[in-house]
Amino acid sequence: MINKTVNNVTEALEGVQDGMTFMLGGFGLSGIPENSIQELVKRNVQNVTCISNNAGVDDFGLGLLLKKKQIKKMISSYVGENAEFERQMLSGELDVELIPQGTLAERCRAAQNGIPAFYTPAGYGTEVAEGKEVRDFNGKPHIMEKAFEADFAFIKAWKGDEAGNLIFKGTARNFNPVMCGAAKITVVEVEELVKPGELDPNFVHIPGIFVQRIFKGEKFEKRIEQRTTK
Amino acid sequence: MLDKNGIAKRIAQEVQDGFYVNLGIGIPTLVANYVRDDIELEFQSENGILGMGPFPREEEVDADLINAGKQTITALPGASFFDSSMSFGMIRGQHVDLTILGAMEVAQNGNIANWKIPGKMVKGMGGAMDLVGSAKNIIVAMMHTNKAGDSKLLKTCSLPLTGVECVTKIVTNLAVLDIVDKKFRLLERAPGISVEDIQKATEGELIIEGDIPEMSI
Repeated sequence: MINKTVNNVTEALEGVQDGMTFMLGGFGLSGIPENSIQELVKRNVQNVTCISNNAGVDDFGLGLLLKKKQIKKMISSYVGENAEFERQMLSGELDVELIPQGTLAERCRAAQNGIPAFYTPAGYGTEVAEGKEVRDFNGKPHIMEKAFEADFAFIKAWKGDEAGNLIFKGTARNFNPVMCGAAKITVVEVEELVKPGELDPNFVHIPGIFVQRIFKGEKFEKRIEQRTTK
Repeated sequence: MLDKNGIAKRIAQEVQDGFYVNLGIGIPTLVANYVRDDIELEFQSENGILGMGPFPREEEVDADLINAGKQTITALPGASFFDSSMSFGMIRGQHVDLTILGAMEVAQNGNIANWKIPGKMVKGMGGAMDLVGSAKNIIVAMMHTNKAGDSKLLKTCSLPLTGVECVTKIVTNLAVLDIVDKKFRLLERAPGISVEDIQKATEGELIIEGDIPEMSI
């Protein structure tokens, strides 16, 4: 076994610098790497580019980095939940690239899998296609999209072992698996960190080869955006 | 005239046995409440679940189990979870049978705009561009006119597009229409609404063939 554990979030984020590009898992506030985000706030890294489906809410998730103006550019598919984000975007303080959600996922997966680019019908004929190569397949136009390049991927998994094997829970899975191994260094925070052999290999979602650093998160608030009940 | 629930009720009639269905945020979400009990179907939510169930009881609420609208939900027996790439693989690969989504504007050639009002509102397209770019069967659920009273069924969209020539059917508070030869074709009237009312509220070209029946809901 190759041991991927680090002692804490501080060790996990060693090497993080101003101007870097980060990938962050999560959909809304579900499955976001809360501990790594807190550490990014604490380290006060500046001018970073964040690839994340959403931008958190005003006082949680990536909203915390936005509030401190640490983010130079956001690459997301939907940012509707964050008033400060909208203000910074409309005033031009924040550079924003909005891309289709499936394209966002696939650009991560392409980076993870060594595929430099791919064609998708999503966004053809819209602003998203501007400046991109268009090619017909089976009589239908597609646009070329490229794999992301990122320095760090920050991932939240449910359970992991010391070898970096991961299991996700429910819809907190979302973008997390496709971002593993899609950046130069993949940092994973888990709720439960177990010894090798304790996870059934049949039920591992992401093998440890895609992970460089794993640690047990100190605290998971798991905030709910829309608490809807019967 | 229909209210939002009425629109959802009418669209529920389009859902067939064995369908995998993706529901957008807003009126489309309400469709789940009106689907017949005697058919089998599964709802897909693009954040990573097939077999989405109703809202949980208070004690069942789980932060790790939400839908694309970020609402807490439940998973029905037979449900499955998957990552975002696989989720959009289902959509792009045309494994999802029916997509129901809202819109700000629809044009008579099937173009749709629903993600951006330049200078005013920019929330993002979410999964809408992937959905309309690939789905075979797209129903738009929306009000016939906007808050200012202007038609949302247009000759051409004025807002930034979400997709081109993709909408197949539209259900509004006034009518059911489909798109044929790059024109809106009127299929049904809402209860108490006349063909003239619909014509007045439709900026795009409208095909009216024979008697237009009132919808039964």
